[in-house]
Amino acid sequence: MASKVIHAYYNDDDVLMHAVKKVKTAKHHIEEVYCPFPVHGLDKAMGLAPTRIAITSFMYGCLGLTVAIVMMNYIMIEDWPQDIGGKPSFSYIENMPAFVPIMFELTVFFAAHLMVITFYLRSKLWPFKKAENPDVRTTDDHFVMEIEIHDNEKELKDLLLDTGAVEINVSEKNLH
Amino acid sequence: MYTISNRLKIGAIVLMVVGALAMAYGFVTMPSTVEEAKEMVAAHGDGHGGSHGAEATHADEGHGVAVESHGEGHDASHDEHLLQQLRNKPWAALYVAAFFFMMISLGVLAFYAIQRAAQAGWSPLLFRVMEGITAYLVPGGIIVFVILVLSVMHMNHLFVWMDADVVAHDHLLQGKSGYLNPVFFLIRAAIFLGGWILYREYSRKLSLQQDEADDNSNFKLNFRISAAFLVFYLVSESIMSWDWLMSVEPHWFSTLFGWYTFAGMIVSGVTVIAMVTIYLKSKGHLPDVNDSHIHDLAKFMFGFSIFWTYLWFSQFMLIWYSNIPEEVTYFVARIEDYKLPFFGMVVMNFVFPFLILMNSDFKRVNWFVIMAGIIILVGHYIDIFNMIMPSTVGDQWYIGTTEIGAILFFAGFFIFWVFRALSTVPLQPKRNPFIEESKHFHY
Repeated sequence: MASKVIHAYYNDDDVLMHAVKKVKTAKHHIEEVYCPFPVHGLDKAMGLAPTRIAITSFMYGCLGLTVAIVMMNYIMIEDWPQDIGGKPSFSYIENMPAFVPIMFELTVFFAAHLMVITFYLRSKLWPFKKAENPDVRTTDDHFVMEIEIHDNEKELKDLLLDTGAVEINVSEKNLH
Repeated sequence: MYTISNRLKIGAIVLMVVGALAMAYGFVTMPSTVEEAKEMVAAHGDGHGGSHGAEATHADEGHGVAVESHGEGHDASHDEHLLQQLRNKPWAALYVAAFFFMMISLGVLAFYAIQRAAQAGWSPLLFRVMEGITAYLVPGGIIVFVILVLSVMHMNHLFVWMDADVVAHDHLLQGKSGYLNPVFFLIRAAIFLGGWILYREYSRKLSLQQDEADDNSNFKLNFRISAAFLVFYLVSESIMSWDWLMSVEPHWFSTLFGWYTFAGMIVSGVTVIAMVTIYLKSKGHLPDVNDSHIHDLAKFMFGFSIFWTYLWFSQFMLIWYSNIPEEVTYFVARIEDYKLPFFGMVVMNFVFPFLILMNSDFKRVNWFVIMAGIIILVGHYIDIFNMIMPSTVGDQWYIGTTEIGAILFFAGFFIFWVFRALSTVPLQPKRNPFIEESKHFHY
């Protein structure tokens, strides 16, 4: 489905924040905002649903902890028990303090890496993917707010100019 | 302007009176002869079934110091040792509680100095609260100092190295006597307490002057002395922890003990800042303090709890793994005789705050922060308890009338002193250059 979208350019994150709030109060739906860097509080201002990545992070952490316990139990206790420093490895729980660093590291490792991978997948980012941002300047010093047009081009343009946009473009966009 | 409510004042005074009576009971019932001590242990054993009686006959792992020193037959020295332990019990209870509440205000002082030195923008709204809590450092520090002086005067037997008779029979303590001797010990204590109190009073004065000033010179000076204080603090706090806590077990040493004590100190301090702030807010004060400030304090509670656990475990694991006799006695004594408080404290100080405060939203729910804070404070009291008790009372420990009485007394005194200090000046700084940023702080 192709539709017309309006792109409003800003060159300051504070101006952008105010513009987003103004557009939201005027009851327009903001399709997307492209920024060169993360803008604090923008997600709330745009009315995006809160992220659930923290929940996945907790689950990945639990997974990592489990993997560490099972792995150390197999390697150090079941498969090849050794007598290290006068502490023969016959019981997981009695040797547990020695395994805590590994349990900690794998918890962090799993939580961190799987969380990043989840984030990339959820954001539809993968290697060789073509960039979605409409203008290269959004990787440098400009912010772009994208709003879909529903026969209200004039009204939107006036509103956006009023919010301090430095440039306004209208273009066709293939919506997924 | 905040005025201390009558209910709070009466509550604090009641706590002090009840606590003082309970402590007096502990001191009065303290045994004065070996026979009395044996009788007490026997009665205790009967009352609680065989398990305690069996524990009482334990050999003295970890208390080698006292045993070695009394060179006579083992039985007589054991009885004498038991008497010393029971006579130490009320003193140790008093000392642990006195130190714990002093430690809270010292932790807050360190946190305050960090905020000053970092020129933090979020926290100036809480400066008066922090200054109110650090006001307790003056009486609290003096009380701890008095207990140390009484120890030097042999009123109790908390610090075994202060006993010249023990040192005469102990080669290791003779080697350490250049550092661990009563005079130098008290000089160090006086310098540390003097330095902390001096900084506290001076910084408070500058903080109040800034409100009335026309320029920021007070603020800048406060920034500089806070940075200097942090250097002094980190050194003095570390040495203080060796002197006041680690030296109850004078043969044992741990190189990260200072950091470990600091971690417990700062997490208790931040917790109390959060609790006092929430209390004042619930009474309609501090209108500009919002949930984001509480959220930040709760993040510090969470973070420092994990930091404490990290240090606790680092100390434990290295000693456990290397298994060197003179080091490992410390943990043997604790795991044999103090299993519940020793491992219970890890649950209270780590597992509980970790799970409760992990969720971002929970950190903004005030009563959640208060509940987590209470557990953290009890956990860190037990932490200090575990540092002092095994070396001073051995397996004769009990959290009973005297211990709880000491906690109640100092809690009442702490509340009374802190809220009295809070009621002397307006709760919100006026001319701090970052006050606007602090008011608009949001997460």
